[in-house]
Amino acid sequence: MPPKKKSDLAISVEEGMEVDATDSGSEDEARRRSRNRRVKPQRKVKCVSDDDEDEEEDEAPRKRGRKKRAKPQDSDEDDEEDKRSVKNKGSKAPRSRAAKVEREDDSEDERETKKKAGKAVPKKEKEEKNLEKKGNVKGKEEKEKDAEKNKKKKKGKLSSSSSDSSSSDSAEESLSEGEIEALKEQVEEKKQLIATLRNKPWRMKRRLLMLKEAQDFVEKFEGALGKGKGRKFYAFKVMMTKKLIKFKRDFENFKTACIPWERKIKEVESHFGSSVASYFIFLRWMYTLNLVLFGFQFGLVVLPEIMMGLPYGSIPRKTVPREEQATAMDLSVLLDFGGYSQYSFLFYGYYNNEKMIGLLKFRLPLSYLLVGIGIFGYSLMVVIKSMARNANEGGDGSDEGDFIFSWKMFTSWDYLIGNPETADNKYASITTSFKESIVDEQENQKDENIHLRRFLRVLANFLILWCLGGSGYLIYFVVKRGQMFAQMNKEDLTWFQKNEVEFVMSLLGLVCPPLFETIAELEDYHPRIALKWQLGRIFALFLGNLYTFLFALFDDVNEKLQNEKLIKNATEWALQEYQANYTAYFNTTAVPPQVVNPADVIRGPCWETAVGIEFMKLTVSDIQVAYLMILIGDFGRAVLVRFLNYCWCWDLEAGFPSYAEFAISDNVLGLVFNQGMIWMGAFYAPGLVGLNILRLLSSMYYQSWAVMACNIPHERVFKASRSNNFYMGLLLLVLFLSLLPVVYTIMTMSPSFDCGPFSGQDKMYNVVMDTINQDLPSFISNIFSYATNPGVIMPAVLLMVLAIYYLNSVSKGYQQANKDLKKKMQIARDEEKNRRNNKDSTNQVMKDLEDLLPNKSLIPPPAEEEEETPIDVVVSKGKKSLKTKQGAKQDGVNLERDVSLAAPNPRAPVTHGPRPRERPPVNTRGPLPGPGRGRGRGGPPR
Amino acid sequence: MGNKQTIFTDEQLDAYQDCTFFTRKEILRLHGRYHELAPHLVPMDYTNDPECKIPPALIVNMPELKENPFRNRIVESFSEDGQGNLSFNEFVDMFSVLSETAPRELKAIYAFKIYDYNVDNYLCKEDLEKTLNKLTKEELTPEEVELVCEKTIEEADLDGDNKLSFADFENMITRAPDFLSTFHIRI
Repeated sequence: MPPKKKSDLAISVEEGMEVDATDSGSEDEARRRSRNRRVKPQRKVKCVSDDDEDEEEDEAPRKRGRKKRAKPQDSDEDDEEDKRSVKNKGSKAPRSRAAKVEREDDSEDERETKKKAGKAVPKKEKEEKNLEKKGNVKGKEEKEKDAEKNKKKKKGKLSSSSSDSSSSDSAEESLSEGEIEALKEQVEEKKQLIATLRNKPWRMKRRLLMLKEAQDFVEKFEGALGKGKGRKFYAFKVMMTKKLIKFKRDFENFKTACIPWERKIKEVESHFGSSVASYFIFLRWMYTLNLVLFGFQFGLVVLPEIMMGLPYGSIPRKTVPREEQATAMDLSVLLDFGGYSQYSFLFYGYYNNEKMIGLLKFRLPLSYLLVGIGIFGYSLMVVIKSMARNANEGGDGSDEGDFIFSWKMFTSWDYLIGNPETADNKYASITTSFKESIVDEQENQKDENIHLRRFLRVLANFLILWCLGGSGYLIYFVVKRGQMFAQMNKEDLTWFQKNEVEFVMSLLGLVCPPLFETIAELEDYHPRIALKWQLGRIFALFLGNLYTFLFALFDDVNEKLQNEKLIKNATEWALQEYQANYTAYFNTTAVPPQVVNPADVIRGPCWETAVGIEFMKLTVSDIQVAYLMILIGDFGRAVLVRFLNYCWCWDLEAGFPSYAEFAISDNVLGLVFNQGMIWMGAFYAPGLVGLNILRLLSSMYYQSWAVMACNIPHERVFKASRSNNFYMGLLLLVLFLSLLPVVYTIMTMSPSFDCGPFSGQDKMYNVVMDTINQDLPSFISNIFSYATNPGVIMPAVLLMVLAIYYLNSVSKGYQQANKDLKKKMQIARDEEKNRRNNKDSTNQVMKDLEDLLPNKSLIPPPAEEEEETPIDVVVSKGKKSLKTKQGAKQDGVNLERDVSLAAPNPRAPVTHGPRPRERPPVNTRGPLPGPGRGRGRGGPPR
Repeated sequence: MGNKQTIFTDEQLDAYQDCTFFTRKEILRLHGRYHELAPHLVPMDYTNDPECKIPPALIVNMPELKENPFRNRIVESFSEDGQGNLSFNEFVDMFSVLSETAPRELKAIYAFKIYDYNVDNYLCKEDLEKTLNKLTKEELTPEEVELVCEKTIEEADLDGDNKLSFADFENMITRAPDFLSTFHIRI
């Protein structure tokens, strides 16, 4: 409703006007006022005027009421409000008392002492005036409520403070328990309003005003609430809440300031749409996840070993063997993670099996195992949590198809787009999608078309399966060959033969995705669906590669285990020999330990470190390939296209090579699989997580640069609709798949006898068992042994299965209920709509909506137009004063103004049923109550 | 008086934070943007609520809005006079509603207003036609436009009055999967 703004204005007008009124009212009044001014000159201007009004308004309405009777409804309202407040709140305070207090108030001349008592009055006054003036202002209910409250408050206040001034002993008695409760309730209500104010569809001015009122209210009555016993405590509580809110807000500000790359992503988003941005958001999420993992790994494993463990060169596992020492510092060796890096904290083998290290008696082996498992646990938890959150946010996409055109019409434009090129693409894609839907709607698709399409889709899938099988076989072949090469002497092999497996895998990763994409053209899916297919296919490819790689690795490991056994036996035999010889030679049983340089000790192959190195290498080659691809495939191509275009026979930019698009699917999957590798390798190479952090960090900058510099937006821009959860689903799958081999090795393989934190143990998890058995109270180990009993585990598993079944059926039931409720809501809404057709709208939202209609009276009339600046900027200083004058003039004839303010928007067509509101503004004369008044009286809708 | 000029008092900033979905920093940035639009009109000092408005022509040229087919409607919907002159309050209001954290209900109300071209609180056929033509740059034939508008009304209109009231619109938009992700502008 237009008058909304007016009412705000009206208040300020009112204030100015009041002064006039009272000035003319009585000299006595004026004198008193001036005295008041003298009394508190140090207050701020606003406060002064407020306070002034306190006093005068205290008096003024009554006087005016008595003398002029200019506002009869004023006192009427008073009465009404009183009654209602009494009735509504059920407060015991009788009206007569309030009246008496007021009379007392009148007669007494010690107003200065009754700050509080007075304060409530002008507020009420204002509210009431607002009420009168606003007519059918929408938010009237609230105002009225406020007024009511203030009224009530005032009464309470008045009574309490007046009795304070006269007899302070009766303070408690005057504020009954019920009143305090009610007051508290109101304060809470106000606080609630403050908290939810930002969700209200009001104009900012009104919001600010409401906020101020609510805050003033809270401020005023909060302190005074706790009269009597709990006062101090209450004041303290209030203060603390305030502090807490402040702190929370600061913290929130701090938190948003801490989210990295917000602007970078925003930039990408506005150029390339939300689908590309979703990749970067995913990347950022991954980065934070890895930071946490790195924190665990580094803080609980790496740092303790470095700080408290034995230094390099003290024991064999921390020393480079003699025969390797010559080349140990070569860069090529270091880059292959041989030499010094192999015997560093980056890998499993470096860690000592000493049970407790350092002053803190840190149990490193135990911590190593728990961190290894904990990384998986934490990742699982985080992934599932964010998946659940995404699913919640996604709402119910169940009834798709109900609103095809409506959704296209109202939600297809991505308001984030700020780039002309993207916008053009978006226009095009919206047009196409509309056309597609129109075609679907007309259902004039030819049958042969469908058959052809089906055939093509089947063909495409066939081709892709063939590709997958081929790549699987290729990897298998290469791995077998690699094992063959491994038997041969290392010096005889070429560089290619040594790195064949990695090379072929990277090559497949490069060639296959574009191939799939080309094949997918046949299918002609919507790009969003195509993206999912593409993701699924590349996923299958990578998975095949990864698992082939893993199986090859396991073969390797088994071989190493055999080898290790031999070496172990050999060393033991050598030790026995040495002892026997020593005994025989010196004829003593006290054999001093053999003194051998740690570099010369015979050692096993340490398969864990080997596995760690493999993962490390794979990750590094992955990074290299990815970065090179961006450099060549995107940047190189862009440079070529850009500069060769000047001297080429066709248009390179628009024609064949063009610029590259950002390949979302490749990048997402690359990220997901890289993460899988990290999860798998982190147990054997604690340094891997650190490496990954560096990778993600650099990739964030590198890729966002590359995408802005060398890529063009997709031809068919599409939204990333909940695909974030799709990414998460992939991640979860990969997490699970990478969990399997690690847990398998931990549970079944026996660790190397001479390296790593578990050396000397039969199985890695024995560390936990030992700790439980030896270092914890015996009853815990008892409990544990009972719990691990098959007799307990089987029922537990059964129970879990049952629980899953139960929860599943419950959730199904809820879904059903949900659906039914939705249907019911729909029906109810329909009914309500039909009923409402002839009636006034009762919906608060509708009222707010009407309230938000442009205020026609604010449009500068043509006459005013001339005064204004040529650029049509409304500098409303002058206007305001004008309004004020008008307001002052119209003071006596309040009603007319009231009604004219309430006049409906003249340009708005008649859209409602016949209602009093529709009356043209011409005949709104006389004391006809504005139609809004009647409605507003109804109280807020519950 | 430091050398850094105060734009808002702390109370004002707090009030704005209470009334919008912005943090302190963002509000200051918004003021910066607002000031940038018309440096000679907008004062740097907002501590005493100066009243000044920026005409729609300037606001619509912000990079965030420039490409939006509904930019004029957005600005008009948020202006109090319906002409698109925005005071700073309204300016903040606009971006607050369009911010990522604003709730669906609030966004729905303003989306309705934006698509309501003739400001009658109903989306009638001509509103839809205008919307559609803006969306597709008038690439569709009149018959297609007709069909799409009819279909839209048919889908969303619950009470059969051949136009969409807010209830219809809300019912439809709250189920749209993309509404929240698309109806926001980052500033």
